[in-house]
Amino acid sequence: MYSEKVIDHFTNPRNVGEIENPDGVGQVGNPKCGDIMRITLNIENNIIKDIKFKTFGCGAAVATSSVVTEMVKGKTLEEALAITNAQVAEELGGLPETKMHCSNLAADAVHAAIKDYLKKQTKV
Amino acid sequence: MKYIYLDHSATTPVDPEVAELMMKYYVEYYGNPSSVHYFGRQVKKALEEARSQVADFIGANVSEITFTSGGTEADNLAIQGAARAQAKKGKHLITTAIEHHAVLDTFKYLAKNGYELTVLPVDEDGLVSVEDVAKAIRPDTILISVMHANNEVGSIQPIAEIGKITREKGILFHVDAVQSLGKIPVNVQDLNVDLLTISSHKIYGPKGVGALYIRKGVKISPLVFGGSQERKMRSGTENAPGIIGFGKACELASQRMAEESKKLTKLRDMLIDGILTKIEHVKLNGPRGDKRLPNNVNVSIKYVEGESLLLSLDMLGIAASSGSACTSGSLDPSHVLLAMGLSHEVAHGSLRFSLGRQNTEEDINYVLQELPKIVDRLRAMSPLYAKANCQNS
Ligand SMILES: Cc1ncc(COP(=O)(O)O)c(C=O)c1O
Ligand code: FES
Repeated sequence: MYSEKVIDHFTNPRNVGEIENPDGVGQVGNPKCGDIMRITLNIENNIIKDIKFKTFGCGAAVATSSVVTEMVKGKTLEEALAITNAQVAEELGGLPETKMHCSNLAADAVHAAIKDYLKKQTKV
Repeated sequence: MKYIYLDHSATTPVDPEVAELMMKYYVEYYGNPSSVHYFGRQVKKALEEARSQVADFIGANVSEITFTSGGTEADNLAIQGAARAQAKKGKHLITTAIEHHAVLDTFKYLAKNGYELTVLPVDEDGLVSVEDVAKAIRPDTILISVMHANNEVGSIQPIAEIGKITREKGILFHVDAVQSLGKIPVNVQDLNVDLLTISSHKIYGPKGVGALYIRKGVKISPLVFGGSQERKMRSGTENAPGIIGFGKACELASQRMAEESKKLTKLRDMLIDGILTKIEHVKLNGPRGDKRLPNNVNVSIKYVEGESLLLSLDMLGIAASSGSACTSGSLDPSHVLLAMGLSHEVAHGSLRFSLGRQNTEEDINYVLQELPKIVDRLRAMSPLYAKANCQNS
């Protein structure tokens, strides 16, 4: 049912964990199935230096979390904000029809973490 | 890789003896049982032999067995058929919150089309109370349907006691015995039932065959009209090889049940105890002891999600199932677990192992060796687990 790339990211997820004292935190829940994804990241000179994820969800949710961290690491905030959920699913070689909604979490969580960072910046 | 099948409540392999017999009725004895000639007569004879094997297994008379395309159709025939036949008598129907969708969705359809429906709750072990059934009965109640054993958590319902009440009140009583057949005694006399659903592919028979027991004198309307087969109760050329296989599967199950259930009970408890001692934050869903099917294990593993568990187990060759939203097409967690009072989150991490004939102690040990590692890995990834740990410390 899943592509090889999904299985690979599920079995060997990249960037799992939580950054201590992160610059930005984003946590989003999937309204469809109740799953949760949490992204923490560090930002230096407008570039995502480090990013980690934690996910409570299905295989597709774990794989999209993992792959999105790879996609945005080293990218500028503008580049990261431009990434869409559809691109994340595409990067994994597609997802089964019933699992398309799972990819909604990945980009959303990254965007939420970046926005959290930007909000903190304006406050300082 | 070693493959271990622990999903027997979904379906079972066909017994080789059954398959061998069926094969003959595909290639050698292929006549239409309704035909007058030799080819037809041979098949007709075997079909009636199967009917008597099925009837014997559940303590029924041969004339009380109607073959169908499976448990789903038998449930539909019983419920829609009983409701239609009695529409003039009353409109009130009673069932429980933990029924299989074949029952629940049929009732919901009727409730949208002029009938009134009461759906009874269950306790935290997934058991219906006899008292609740009695209290729900109204003067216009025409049908009560309660499953014998639940397919997800294995809880065995007090059918005989409920049957006593329905018999007294003269209300038709339907029981879905798809999961109990072949595991615990199913006898239509002892259980006081009027209509009883069984299915072949859960007892090492072929898929796509089932039967409805209709007590003599009980009138229900057919769903399928046509060539008048099955005493007009279910028209259509009979799935002869399937029915004959079902008959054989019933005969084999009646011979093996006592011994097999003893073995499965032992393996079941070994798996339950093992999981509860080896993994933290785990909850057993469903009752313990003899109110639970001999082959059912259902646990909620907190802070992890069911589909991830299934996927990880599958990579190691272990086949199980889950009540998680992420494995259901509807994206809702199991209605059974929710009815038992589990939160969405805990229902999300549920895992069902259903054991069968070929399983061994070695299989159980393999699961007990691998499952804790899988849970550790997924928990390390879970944002819920981190939070739970902080709260604990
Ligand atoms: C309790 C129960 N009822 C009905 C069914 C449906 O039976 P079948 O698959 O033969 O249509 C099942 C099987 O999933 C079941 O577990
Ligand atoms: S995240 Fe729940 S189904 Fe994929």
